Amino acid sequence: MSSLDDIKQMFFLECDELLEALNDGLTDIEASLTSGALDPEVINAVFRNVHSIKGGAASFGLDALVRFSHAFETVLDRMRSGTLTPDEASIRVLHRCADHLSDLVTAGRADESPDIAASGPLLDQLGVLNDIGAVPVAPEPEPEPDQQNDAAPEVPEDTGLSFAPLALGIDLAEPQDQESARRFEVVFTPTESLFATGHDPVHLFRELAALGDLSIKAETDLLPSLEDVTPNIPYLRWRLELEGEASEEDIREVFEFVDGLAELDLAASVANTPPQRENSSPISLGCDGDVIPMQSAPVDGATDPSPETSVHETPGKASDQPVAATKAPKSTVRVDLDLVDSLINIVGELVINQSVLTQSFSEANVANRADIGNSLDEYKSLALQIQDSVMSLRAQSVKQLFQRMARIVRETSAVAGKAVVFETDGEDTEIDKTVIERLIEPLTHILRNAIDHGLETGEDRERLGKPTRGVVRLSATHRSGRVLIEVTDDGAGINRARVFDIAVGKGIVNANAQLSDAEVDRLLFMPGFSTKEAVTDLSGRGVGMDVVRSAIQKLGGRISINSTPGRGTTLSISLPLTLAVLDGMVVDVAGQTMVVPITAVVETIRPTPEDLHHIGASTQVIKVRETLVPIVDLGVAFGYRRGAVPFTDLVLLLIETEQGERWALALDRIIDQRQVVIKSLEGNYGHVPGVAAATILGDGKIALIIDPEETARMAERDPAGLLELAVAGE
Amino acid sequence: MSLKVLAIDDSRTIREMLRMCLAKAGFDVHTAEDGVAGLETLRDVGPDVVITDINMPRLDGFGVISAIRAMEEWSALPILVLTTESAQDLKQRARESGATGWIVKPFDDVKLIAAIRRIAAT
Repeated sequence: MSSLDDIKQMFFLECDELLEALNDGLTDIEASLTSGALDPEVINAVFRNVHSIKGGAASFGLDALVRFSHAFETVLDRMRSGTLTPDEASIRVLHRCADHLSDLVTAGRADESPDIAASGPLLDQLGVLNDIGAVPVAPEPEPEPDQQNDAAPEVPEDTGLSFAPLALGIDLAEPQDQESARRFEVVFTPTESLFATGHDPVHLFRELAALGDLSIKAETDLLPSLEDVTPNIPYLRWRLELEGEASEEDIREVFEFVDGLAELDLAASVANTPPQRENSSPISLGCDGDVIPMQSAPVDGATDPSPETSVHETPGKASDQPVAATKAPKSTVRVDLDLVDSLINIVGELVINQSVLTQSFSEANVANRADIGNSLDEYKSLALQIQDSVMSLRAQSVKQLFQRMARIVRETSAVAGKAVVFETDGEDTEIDKTVIERLIEPLTHILRNAIDHGLETGEDRERLGKPTRGVVRLSATHRSGRVLIEVTDDGAGINRARVFDIAVGKGIVNANAQLSDAEVDRLLFMPGFSTKEAVTDLSGRGVGMDVVRSAIQKLGGRISINSTPGRGTTLSISLPLTLAVLDGMVVDVAGQTMVVPITAVVETIRPTPEDLHHIGASTQVIKVRETLVPIVDLGVAFGYRRGAVPFTDLVLLLIETEQGERWALALDRIIDQRQVVIKSLEGNYGHVPGVAAATILGDGKIALIIDPEETARMAERDPAGLLELAVAGE
Repeated sequence: MSLKVLAIDDSRTIREMLRMCLAKAGFDVHTAEDGVAGLETLRDVGPDVVITDINMPRLDGFGVISAIRAMEEWSALPILVLTTESAQDLKQRARESGATGWIVKPFDDVKLIAAIRRIAAT
């Protein structure tokens, strides 16, 4: 850690953890409303989460964040001190405040101006919570975030204990605030508690000496004989004289910490010319020369109408807390993401090297030797273990994502006017960081849909004999090397007749088409499909489930839907664990090995002559269940062959683009299906049209990973061959 | 020998800010993330000054101060309380708990160093 900027970044990272813990805590408190059992440490921790955000924010001048977290923690402080009992309404407010706090943190991180307008209503609500059951008092002005505790204490005017001033008033005309050497006389009389709080007068005197010329005289008249000395009792009194340009304030600051632990007589005078006003011994500071009544309260209490009550607050309670096991914030190491990616890359090479080696040994016919075979197996297992561990560096738990979604559910249910119970499961499931980031939008859309379209209204549910509150459940789990994320609602399920009608109305399907339930459900993913005619505030933002599907496909994922009328709907998203490897279909295209991402492949077809039709002179299409799909010969598209090969000799891969368009890719043979490590071409070479990336196969050869959609589109425009086009263009 | 400072705060951000400021002043800085860890570090390190936050998990700042004052060996150790709380309460409470001095967050580097100089032999 070196610069303040680094620490600021660290602060925002810490905020993420604090916000996560805050949400957890609020959820625990919420759960305790029904279970009745609440560990007081939970409220303490929630308070500290907000308090820490405030503390850090103040250090970086994030005023809006400071102001809001201050109001927030004030209410939490009342909860932890027991003067405010959490109930459903207050927890709702606190949840919203946590959401807003998160927004303010986000704004601070992006260096954007915070949405102060949004703070207003929440601050009002916090104010209401703060007033519940509180003794009405005049509202205290909100402390400035950067307020420092350095003001000289106010002293009652008529203490009647004025120290006899050394008045030297001569020239009335001289302005009194002129810089001039002054002399202060300080009598410092420690009380018995001075040493008990770790003070040593010598440090104070040394600080004082830094302000000017200091002479120190110890008065030893109270010193008992040696055998009567108790080491912890200060017997000395000091008389100090300071001459210099220091102000009284400077001197008082030196003694700030011993205020109340020692008597301090401070008298000021002017040491030499220019002199002070007539009789002006107390140098314009009001309290010069007064004996500060240290032990009694008025110094501190003068401006505080109820010092007693404020002292009785929570700290005592807090320190009485047993050392409880609490959720310690997870400890993290900050690592540059580039470094992780580079490591992943190198490990990718290692895994490839391992398979190359295995193949070489096998070809050299020595793999049968037990020792070599065993070593190779071990090498393979170690390489894969390293790969797993390194991949997990990029992995994050979905917890923060889920918390974010909890917020979406809260907001959506509020706008839709539907009471929702949001359940989550598998929060600890880990996925690649980038995948998590790109899941935010699709999941938001799915959850809004589930509440807006899926769940019935409270009245409808009651009529149907369902619990009035709808349940929306978000879960994540690892399944066969992938992550499965499911969003389930217990709503009405898909109204298939209606979906079909709408699809017909929009010209998506023919009115005579016979579709299975699953096929009808899939219509929801078609571009432009939306079941609510009125564009609602929530889900109908002009985008439909097709955008969700396209986002998931971009991540190498698949999405499917399953619905039971009257019982609800489940959307399942299956995702790769990482973006660094890909499930690929290894194929032979005119003697070249290529890889097609499996996620794009709908089905494989061995065409019969009856399936094929000509359109125009050169274009052929295939009829797939009454739909005509254009065929793209990959061999021609990539310039690997010129002459057309009869498609009946080839294999067709039916692919579907994100827009629902279909093509059939013609190739010679399907070789294999396996995970391949993605190697970017763009970093090393440049973008090649139709090629997404490359990979290295077990035999050490490079295979291109094709981008099916781009390939198909370019082939349509230029059936003569993509690569030639690309070369000609350069 | 540079002055050994033990800074106890549950906020990583504040710990790092303290570390940066104190290291710049030439102090030997040690940190701990809560009161319990603070007391452990205290025994390991033997600091000349302790700076402690108030609101912390496991054991709060007041608890730290009472524990330190209760140990004969450390009973006179200078302790600065680091807090965001308003000035009025602060002095009273810090004082009652046995703190030597206090500093308000967000702290000013110069003031923090000055505060340490007023309570310890720098």
